[in-house]
Amino acid sequence: MSEHSSSPLTTYVVIWIALLVGTALTVFAAHINLGPFNAAVALTIATAKALLVVLFFMHLRGASEKLLKLVVISTVFFLLILLALAMADYGTRLWS
Amino acid sequence: MATATAQPVERENYLNKHYGVGSWLLTTDHKRIALLYLLSITLFFFIGGFFALIIRLELLTPAGDLVQADTYNKLFTMHGMVMIFFFLIPSIPAVLGNFLVPIMIGAKDLAFPRINLLSWYLYIIGGIMMLHCMLTGGVDTGWTFYTPFSTAFTNTKIVEAGLAIFVAGFSSILTGLNFIVTIHRMRAPGMTWSRLPLFIWAHYATSIIQILGTPVVAITIVLVAVERTLHLGIFDPKLGGDPLLFQHLFWFYSHPAVYIMILPSMGIVSEIIACFARKRIFGYSFVAISSISIAVFGFLVWAHHMFVAGISVYAALLFSLLSYSVAVPSAVKVFNWTATLYKGSIRYDAPMLYAFGFLGLFTIGGLTGLFLACLGIDVHVTDTYFVVAHFHYIMVGGALMGYLGGMHFWWPKISGKLYPEGWARLAALIVFIGFNLTFFPQFILGYVGMPRRYYQYPQEFQVLNVLSTAGATVLGVGYLLPMIYFLWSMRYGKPAPDNPWNAAGLEWKTASPPTTYNFEEEPVVTWEAYNYEEIDAGHKEEVPVVG
Amino acid sequence: MAVHGETHNPALLHHFAEPQQQRDAASLGMWIFLSTEVMFFGGLFCAYLIYRLKFFGEFAAASQTLNWQLGMTNTAVLICSSLTVVLAVYAAQHAKRAMLLGSLVLTIILGFAFLGIKAVEYAEKFEKHHVPGPSFQFENVKVPTAPGQPERFANPSHAQIYFALYFVMTGLHALHMIIGIGIFVWLLLIAWKGRLTPEYNTPMEIGGLYWHFVDIVWIYLFPLLYLIDLRK
Repeated sequence: MSEHSSSPLTTYVVIWIALLVGTALTVFAAHINLGPFNAAVALTIATAKALLVVLFFMHLRGASEKLLKLVVISTVFFLLILLALAMADYGTRLWS
Repeated sequence: MATATAQPVERENYLNKHYGVGSWLLTTDHKRIALLYLLSITLFFFIGGFFALIIRLELLTPAGDLVQADTYNKLFTMHGMVMIFFFLIPSIPAVLGNFLVPIMIGAKDLAFPRINLLSWYLYIIGGIMMLHCMLTGGVDTGWTFYTPFSTAFTNTKIVEAGLAIFVAGFSSILTGLNFIVTIHRMRAPGMTWSRLPLFIWAHYATSIIQILGTPVVAITIVLVAVERTLHLGIFDPKLGGDPLLFQHLFWFYSHPAVYIMILPSMGIVSEIIACFARKRIFGYSFVAISSISIAVFGFLVWAHHMFVAGISVYAALLFSLLSYSVAVPSAVKVFNWTATLYKGSIRYDAPMLYAFGFLGLFTIGGLTGLFLACLGIDVHVTDTYFVVAHFHYIMVGGALMGYLGGMHFWWPKISGKLYPEGWARLAALIVFIGFNLTFFPQFILGYVGMPRRYYQYPQEFQVLNVLSTAGATVLGVGYLLPMIYFLWSMRYGKPAPDNPWNAAGLEWKTASPPTTYNFEEEPVVTWEAYNYEEIDAGHKEEVPVVG
Repeated sequence: MAVHGETHNPALLHHFAEPQQQRDAASLGMWIFLSTEVMFFGGLFCAYLIYRLKFFGEFAAASQTLNWQLGMTNTAVLICSSLTVVLAVYAAQHAKRAMLLGSLVLTIILGFAFLGIKAVEYAEKFEKHHVPGPSFQFENVKVPTAPGQPERFANPSHAQIYFALYFVMTGLHALHMIIGIGIFVWLLLIAWKGRLTPEYNTPMEIGGLYWHFVDIVWIYLFPLLYLIDLRK
């Protein structure tokens, strides 16, 4: 079995700075009128930040087996199913 | 009662290793925890059954003359809540799953024994809360506690019942978590995924549903409780809230929940059919993968409970289509079990009688589900006794039959005693007859228009209702019999050999009952699952041990 | 595989064959638990999504009454705490006691800072009558509209739904923070007693996973609740 994937400290600091920059970027973008894309931009940056935390701080990147990645992907998948199929109702109520 | 012959010195096993209430209440042995669960869920089964009895008594006559309307509402609500959350969902995983999963994979215990004990205590706490709720007034919304009735109008104890279910749900989550980690991390050397008993595959799939689904009903309960107590309303139409949002969140769990109830039973049926047909399960990998498919697809169909509730017709079409697809893996299993029976040497011991009952009744229940998935038919029969019959065929004719079959199959292993086979076969027959007499008339009742959750009905429906109540009485006798003879066997039953059925599986290589740590040394598996041809040819696998 | 004659780590539980198996089981167990937590919050995100699309104007107007600077500060606080957590894990793995204890203390302090700022925000909401219920008020608040579009006032009922979600989502998150702080106080205690070593630091590792999850929830809550519409 692999050892614990302990990234060197510099990686941690780099990710930390990236997260703070991402936060500032989100706030900055929220003040600009991007029309319908404001929400998409905010969620994209949030997802990027979440990915950084999951991959580097929670050490998923260095995980030797695929199982933990499968757990994360499955969970996100079923959460999206909840959101998408609920929207299949709400999004189409006014169609007829 | 003294016996004339001297009792042989009893070998040490998990039952007699430690004595005293403390050794049971603080145990971390998965087998003891399984028995703690067995006692608890049996108690709740009889409580739920008691409510059913009153319901069926009321329905003997067309008038509402036994109980008041409000009381009747509480009866069917409590029947549903108790049976679903405190009997069906825990039953097989918490009793047979807890007992067998570690042994079947060659482990000493589950991955987290203390969390296993915590699961039981959470179940008990939830159970006590539910009992208290019932004794102090109960709930009258139906087990589905739809808003806005449950949040804004009813005066019954929604919050307490909801929190009881929340706690029980947490118990369910921890059991599922324990099983998944155990199956991934604790398999003995040589026990590859393709050698796992289908019982394990079934419990793995069940655990996936418990993990992903239960939290959503948990947050739904929190939202209902918050809306009732703090008036933070998001389901309130007066604020522009949508009551249907509750239904979406509720059914996102509650539909997969029915697969939590049936999948373990399907796992048991695989074990029983293989043993009593003396054959490898036909299409092992198809059956294994269909378990996982049922778990996955089961999450895609929830709004078929909402076809007439006000969802968009396009969503209804989508969910109807998806609901047809979820029947496919279940059908795959039924075909594979049938193919296993073909040219098998069938024995009709009690477990097999229950498995046969399962095959027929689950098929009927499942097919009637397809009727309901069809939008045109559903508009006609939804919220009628057709639906009631459909789900009882699956829950009782399917899940409960499988549970009873499993209890009989593994009873010698669990207790070290043999149950009386003649009585067991009789009881199986009584259950089958009683069940069909109870629930088949309900298909007809629903089709001709009797609504569910009503305590009065037109005169012309009485004959069918009387048949149903008569059947329920027979069914009750059928359920009491195993209670009696299982208890009898613990004292007076013949001691069981290690493998009374000559069955395949690691659990039959342990003693009956097993020692506390199951295996003296870690087994090494070199054979495929269900190797009945080899077993019947007299080949005894050596169980090579580490060290 | 287990080697005979090897002395067992006292932390090795009886039903496991070797420490790595126990560690892998604990890690998988925590990830699965976090998976349940994602679905738990997920129901709230579903409700949020539906109502935001339905009542976007009211959501925007209500969101503008939140203090985004405080929200951004809290986001930074949690991001810093995730750094201190991962430093604590590193320290435990490399037997750096001072770094371990210091990181744990910093994490706890940052956790309390987060809750403190949240308390300030909640107090402000209470004063402004933005807590849903009988005393809720949201009169004469303009819905942000594009130039040229007719002006309209926010429907207080729809705004109340936003605030209901705000309080439930941030309240549930804060509850998880409190539990997290409790976990880290316990970690500080066992670290102080020297029970976190390079050979055995599983509690630190899985406690860290939990904390990062709580951080990730906030990473989504911040833009969704505070930054709905800050366009000039």
